[in-house]
Amino acid sequence: MNYQFDFAWLATYWPVFVDGIAMTIRLIVVGGVVGISLGTFCAWSRALGPAWLKPAVVTYVELIRNTPFMIQLFFIFFGLPAAGFRLTEVEAATLAMVINLGAYSAEIIRAGIEATPKGQFEAGASLAMSPIQTFRHVVLIPALQKIWPALASQVVIVMLGSAVVSQIAVEDLTYAANFVQSRTFRAFEAYFISTAIYLGLAMLLRFALLRLGHVLFPHKRAAR
Amino acid sequence: MTMRRRQCDHKFRDIQMITKRSFLAAALATAAVLSSAPAVLADALEDIKSAGILRVAVPQDFPPFGSVGTDMKPQGYDIDMARLIAAKMNVDLALVPVTSANRIPFLQTGKVDLVISSMGKNPERDAVIDFSEPYAPFYNGVFGPEDVAIADAADLDGKIVGVTRGSIEDLELTKIAPDGATLKRYEDNNGTISAFLSGQVDAIATGNVVAAAIIAQNPPKKPAMKFLIKNSPCYIGMNENEPALMAAVNEIIADAKADGDLDAISQEWLGMGLPEGL
Repeated sequence: MNYQFDFAWLATYWPVFVDGIAMTIRLIVVGGVVGISLGTFCAWSRALGPAWLKPAVVTYVELIRNTPFMIQLFFIFFGLPAAGFRLTEVEAATLAMVINLGAYSAEIIRAGIEATPKGQFEAGASLAMSPIQTFRHVVLIPALQKIWPALASQVVIVMLGSAVVSQIAVEDLTYAANFVQSRTFRAFEAYFISTAIYLGLAMLLRFALLRLGHVLFPHKRAAR
Repeated sequence: MTMRRRQCDHKFRDIQMITKRSFLAAALATAAVLSSAPAVLADALEDIKSAGILRVAVPQDFPPFGSVGTDMKPQGYDIDMARLIAAKMNVDLALVPVTSANRIPFLQTGKVDLVISSMGKNPERDAVIDFSEPYAPFYNGVFGPEDVAIADAADLDGKIVGVTRGSIEDLELTKIAPDGATLKRYEDNNGTISAFLSGQVDAIATGNVVAAAIIAQNPPKKPAMKFLIKNSPCYIGMNENEPALMAAVNEIIADAKADGDLDAISQEWLGMGLPEGL
């Protein structure tokens, strides 16, 4: 390979990458927390919730899981303003990530809930716990414990998938790489650096989530 | 978007062509010196009149300047311009489809009399062919809805401006936009156009051809020209040392500008009248 790497432009453009990393982290933190909350709610509705809520949740989950993320993003950002609902690009990106992660995590968490033995519900009831208390202490925590590694993977997937939000001019890490590339024409270096950063971010995120699993569920070493 | 790609192709071919053409020019010059034959004093205008036909090189891959319509006939700004000139000269018109790479060779080898092919002027081309007065606007500028007041770059303060990342207008606007302006850089012209139409940005910086493509779709929100970023109008090309033809073409252009014919062509294909000073 005869390619001469040239990173001299980094002296000028490194702040673009720093801002990009900050935006990507911000998106996945907000999207992750709110998305998993939404997913938990949907999983509860689908497994144990009132009958009238189920069709709505099933429709939402299937709609999101069977359409491309980028189309969902464009629909929110470019489509909804026609209906008078205008969001900034960061709001639109966050919302798209929340609904996307919400749908996928709903299915993952539901799997955990359905794997909970029936006896556990009955045990909760026999201790005079309310259905909500039973759900929280007896069902949800063990369920999350079981599926935590799968959930962590899904969060990482959504973080990597967030690269497409640069399409609506969100200034994330991919935007930074594209921006630098369009200014310096050092495509190899710009994408080399962004690839390395994504790799680092993904590994850090996975590590952080698994540590979080140990903290949240200290009794059982399920989170691995 | 296709328009963008076409534009890029166009520019790219232009670059290729310049290199090829410099070669050709050198070769021709050498041949001229070596042969030392008496110069042929033909008058192109005389030839056109006596043949009764004007042969014009036009694009067929560059809407709205030249493309093939649904009726399989060439259409566009350049084609209308060619028709206008032929009509004013009172001769028939033969349209010769060319690409940006071969349009100047077609002229130099006598296959066409004029090149009306959305061609910009540059020193390399000027060295081998002659250019008429400009006949069509081609520029990058800031466009916004009619009711938004923007007169110059300073007025962008506090505004959100959409632009296609890495384009000429992105690079230029980045230099001249005030600190208070927010530039939203989209991946391609489609993103920029969608952002404008959906109201995600107050204005866009783009080419007049892209703006024309938006206007052609007849959206509720039409982009109107606010200020110019970079101007590179189109000229009619002809062989060197044809003063009679040059005078005739320039007179037709001047008349067409004066009596509104050219403005009508611009309205039809670019969705807006001729800019000031063309």
